[in-house]
Amino acid sequence: MQYVIQAQSVTKVFNGFTAVNEISFKLIAGECLGLLGPNGAGKTSTIRMTYGFSPMSSGRLSVFGLDIRTHWREIKGRLGVCQQENSLDPDLTVQQNLEVFGRYFNIPAGATREKARKLLEFIALDHRRDAQVSELSGGMMRRLVLARALINDPELVILDEPTTGLDPQSRHQVWEKLENLRSEGLSILLTTHYMEEAARLCDRLIIMDHGEILVEGKPAELIIEHAGRNVVEIAQPTDELREFIRSRDLTHDDLGRRILIYGDENDQLFDIIRERFCKENCSLRGSTLEDVFLRLTGRQLRE
Amino acid sequence: MKLSSSFDISWRFLRVWQRNLIVYRRIWKVNFLPPLFEPLFYLLAFGMGLSTMIGTIHYAGVDISYLTFITPAILAINIMYNAFFETTYASFVRMYYQKTFDAMMATPLSLGEVITAEIIWGATKSLFATVIMLAVLSGFGLIHYPDGLLIIPLAFLGGVAFGSVGMLFTGIVPSIDVFNLPIFLFITPMFLFSGTFFPVENLPDWAQHLALALPLTHLVRLTRHLCLGLVGVDLLLEAAYLLVFCLIFYPLALISMHRRLIQ
Ligand SMILES: Nc1ncnc2c1ncn2[C@@H]1O[C@H](COP(=O)(O)OP(=O)(O)OP(=O)(O)O)[C@@H](O)[C@H]1O
Ligand SMILES: [Mg+2]
Repeated sequence: MQYVIQAQSVTKVFNGFTAVNEISFKLIAGECLGLLGPNGAGKTSTIRMTYGFSPMSSGRLSVFGLDIRTHWREIKGRLGVCQQENSLDPDLTVQQNLEVFGRYFNIPAGATREKARKLLEFIALDHRRDAQVSELSGGMMRRLVLARALINDPELVILDEPTTGLDPQSRHQVWEKLENLRSEGLSILLTTHYMEEAARLCDRLIIMDHGEILVEGKPAELIIEHAGRNVVEIAQPTDELREFIRSRDLTHDDLGRRILIYGDENDQLFDIIRERFCKENCSLRGSTLEDVFLRLTGRQLRE
Repeated sequence: MKLSSSFDISWRFLRVWQRNLIVYRRIWKVNFLPPLFEPLFYLLAFGMGLSTMIGTIHYAGVDISYLTFITPAILAINIMYNAFFETTYASFVRMYYQKTFDAMMATPLSLGEVITAEIIWGATKSLFATVIMLAVLSGFGLIHYPDGLLIIPLAFLGGVAFGSVGMLFTGIVPSIDVFNLPIFLFITPMFLFSGTFFPVENLPDWAQHLALALPLTHLVRLTRHLCLGLVGVDLLLEAAYLLVFCLIFYPLALISMHRRLIQ
């Protein structure tokens, strides 16, 4: 197996606060690995160490088989990064943003111009090439950031919440672009708060919280393992229902005004419950990644 | 290892310098106007306003008009301002508000290269402004050539000195408003007391010693001697002072920015 990223016991401490606690993971060449977790889980901190922005407090990290501590320049030359915060250059036009960025990689001017032209076509912004960045919509900016991350023909792209703040149209557009890239064999490390995005784009997921990895696996497998196949959702549950759940020892989450029961396809649970405990207030749906996420990381707000 | 990649500096820094040049060229008209008109304002105010009241000044053994006395100071102050304001306000905006440095750090650039480029860019702006001002001032016969041409490389050296100090402050200030402090404590006193508008010798002894510690005092002496064509070996000492100043403050600027940005 060829690994693009190998992280061993990587730790990040900010003045006594451990943001990332001895995490180990691998990214296999050509796959899209998703990093999920609530606000403050340590996703950005992990990603920043991976592309050599932020030094590790301890641990070992290699990218393309090279040690990030010693070969940072070569590694950075071969990857593309889409940071969480918008860092487009507002002093430059759309086209210049790509060209000037390409020059930071020491790509010859002629080659960057050509590459910039192709990328602007790819993200459908060629008609805005001379616009100021500030004139772009949020979705256009995000697409431009993505294009900028591709200017050096990277073997790996690292995307920190590439679609946060976008409308559904723009988000779907970004997804399509990412799917294109993945089908071309690009390796992707991605963080997101959209479970749908993770389920659709990622081959494998890591769910982390409080700087530690909770689970790791393929999206479909994680769902079955942690949230069953179906969820029965009951609004305004009665005490009899709670008693029933206890007697059957069902996997469930009691949210007070609502109860979620996780079950299998063939257990007829829904029929029994609808028959005996509620007429209208219950529904049956397939389990989702969001169920897994909330079950594992809890439902409380963060910070 | 602790020293880290920030201090690995190659010629690649020129790419960041080029980025600033591209932005500068886009608004070159705005950038060219101040150095074009500022000397004229000074000449008008001091030349017509003040110099009739002052007459001549005895400097370095010769009698010169007040206008001739302050012209080199205008050049030196301008060198200081261009570099210092570039690496304070302008760099802070790029670093803090525009996240330009963050984006650069995701490329093969090191932090040291980004910071070096910013300082060298500040010095370049000093140089550009100086060339324009020299052209304007020459029209009034206030510059002695060819010695005056040495002011051009000197502008770059002075720019690196003041740009490095500016960058040091950028690495320290908690917010952009706090730049008022170094300006009030460092830039304004230099503007007034570095032999700019009156000879340092007019100050009391203790203040003269203080003034001698300030980089602008040395820069003004250099520009003044070059403008007057009074070139001697002692000028090398003044230049050496500026060089040592750079050698101290450039690394300090790198360290302060490293501590600020690499977390
Ligand atoms: N420079 C820093 N100094 C001190 N603490 C920091 C710093 N950067 C991050 N942290 C802390 O580390 C923890 C993890 O932050 P991180 O940005 O990695 O979270 P995240 O998973 O990316 O969250 P989000 O989903 O909100 O982006 C947080 O508690 C944060 O406050
Ligand atoms: Mg984050």
